[in-house]
Amino acid sequence: MTDEPLLRVRGLSKHFPVRQGLRATGLVRAVDGLDFDVRPGETLGLVGESGCGKTTTGRMLVRLLEPTSGSIEFDGRDITHAGRRELRPLRQELQIIFQDPYASLNPRHTVGRIVAMPLQVNGIKPPGGIKARVQELLELVGLNPEHYNRYPHEFSGGQRQRIGIARALALRPKLIVADEPVSALDVSIQAQVVNLLRDLQRELGLAFVFIAHDLAVVRHFCQRVAVMYLGRIVEIGDRADIYERPQHPYTRALLSAIPDVTQLGPAGRIRLTGDVPTPLDPPSGCRFRTRCWKAQDICATEEPALIPRDGGSQATACHFPEGEAARTSPEGEADSTSPEAAESTAQVVEEVPS
Amino acid sequence: MSLSPVEGVALAEIESGTDPVGPAAKGVVGRSPGQLAWLRLRRDRTAVVSGVLLIFFLLLGLSAPLIEMAYGIGPREQFQNMLDGFGMPLGYAGGVSGEHWFGLEPNLGRDIFIRLIYGLRTSLFIAFAAALITATIGIVLGALAGYLGGWLDAVINWITDLTLAMPFLIIALALTPTITLRFYGERGQVSSAFGVGVLIAVFAIFGWTSTARLVRGQVIALREREFVEAARASGAGLGHMLFRQLLPNIWAPILVSFSLAVPQFITSEAALSFIGVGLSDETPSFGRMIYDSLDFLQTDPAYVFFPGIMIFALVFAFNLFGDALRDALDPKSSR
Repeated sequence: MTDEPLLRVRGLSKHFPVRQGLRATGLVRAVDGLDFDVRPGETLGLVGESGCGKTTTGRMLVRLLEPTSGSIEFDGRDITHAGRRELRPLRQELQIIFQDPYASLNPRHTVGRIVAMPLQVNGIKPPGGIKARVQELLELVGLNPEHYNRYPHEFSGGQRQRIGIARALALRPKLIVADEPVSALDVSIQAQVVNLLRDLQRELGLAFVFIAHDLAVVRHFCQRVAVMYLGRIVEIGDRADIYERPQHPYTRALLSAIPDVTQLGPAGRIRLTGDVPTPLDPPSGCRFRTRCWKAQDICATEEPALIPRDGGSQATACHFPEGEAARTSPEGEADSTSPEAAESTAQVVEEVPS
Repeated sequence: MSLSPVEGVALAEIESGTDPVGPAAKGVVGRSPGQLAWLRLRRDRTAVVSGVLLIFFLLLGLSAPLIEMAYGIGPREQFQNMLDGFGMPLGYAGGVSGEHWFGLEPNLGRDIFIRLIYGLRTSLFIAFAAALITATIGIVLGALAGYLGGWLDAVINWITDLTLAMPFLIIALALTPTITLRFYGERGQVSSAFGVGVLIAVFAIFGWTSTARLVRGQVIALREREFVEAARASGAGLGHMLFRQLLPNIWAPILVSFSLAVPQFITSEAALSFIGVGLSDETPSFGRMIYDSLDFLQTDPAYVFFPGIMIFALVFAFNLFGDALRDALDPKSSR
């Protein structure tokens, strides 16, 4: 693994204008200034709750949406505003897997045509012919290559998602953006598809941007994890760091919501009060402050930067990160990984009766 | 996606019925949505009857010259000797006989049967040509407007509204004689091909709007679907998007609207011929024949009856078939 990132995203933003009649009355800041890198062969998980901009980010990465500002560099080339012709060679290296396997396959095309589509569109003639390549791909994703002439409606959800994966693999990409590839599937099928993706990632050395809201799936699949909240990354780091030593209060709250990764002691689940603020008018300073139990005056005035903590790869956008709470907090809150601290936190937050 | 019961039955039946090769071949039999629709259509009795009737009419129209040869009478041949002193055909029911199956026209004494066969040919030709042209214009404009959106959509919508706002009948009344005059002058003999061409053109100018709207709506509904985005993410161009990804998914409503447009054009042609701006007397056509026959409604009802029943059967069969086609293509829609 080289240190040169395959994908470099800087200040990526997508704002959607809200119109009433002809006048623009507002701006939805769906994604507001993302910075992250993906190295070759690496899997980056993008997690967050609904509406935090995960999917918008994924669509911008494959240029299905035009970024409002910021830059996307792929393989050293700036593709932020590249036209269709310039994108052509890049399309082959940058593919997407969609969330809904029922909507992502053209119901009027056979599986063979669906998987061959990227090859035909890009005028690629693989050695041995397109059919041979398609059957090879079908076999690679665990489908019967003889199903070449079947139609999508004859397959189950998991099989359809495999077809979508085969289509994404057809051009031998280096990076695949997987937009919630398993969240539409049955739980028993989810594991199969995630394992397939992991095997493919290892065999073909693919890099993944894995968008999901299921933290358990992300933990299973991703080497690095970025946590998003309201269009921004609040914390990014290696899987172990994020899951075992979360520093951002939002990450902690998010993790505490999954029963099987809770390491928070007797306090149990952290329940955030209120709703996610509207991206039409995000809160000043730290976006999480309206629901954060640690919020101080500084959180309203100054936006915390995504700065690396502990000299490691983990970066947190918080004025009072968990690990350093004792050092930086004016109240001198104790280290929150200890049970006592968790208890004191739970007094501030609501305790969930279980 | 759950298969509808009909689909399931159709699948089960076809897999048990037409599978003599054995279970080995059964494993890879894939049925396209089109094949499934075809199976449903074949199970629908109305569709089969109206379809057979339509094929019969089409064959009649196509083989008109052959029928003329076999029948031995041309559409312009006059049998004055079979008429009485007032110009009315001799014999019962407008002169029906073994020689003239549907009798003769009063005054001119032309054979009604062969004129109906040629009229069928004219009507079907005009209707199909007009439906094809309108469908093509509608598909192209509608797909472009729906897929590209923006100012192009606005312009195409504006043209559609403008076309819809124009009164068809009045413009047809004004336009047809003017064009004919422009090309042939006061005394020129208007060729029948020219009259047919003008009619098709008038239908084409006014008829494309409904298809365009239909296609536009369908394309807008499909354009945000993920399989379209998948093609876009692979770098597909406009042509591929429209004709490979989108159109195959909207053939069903287009086909239905086509099959319902044909009878509409048949009646429109008859109506225009009836009010006298359609075809000249030279060209056999249903509308013209009904128009001519009205003078003899009391004295020779058979003259009205045959073209009337013919056009009724033709349009009825088309409409029934169009409805059955819709049911077969989209079993979930309710009437």
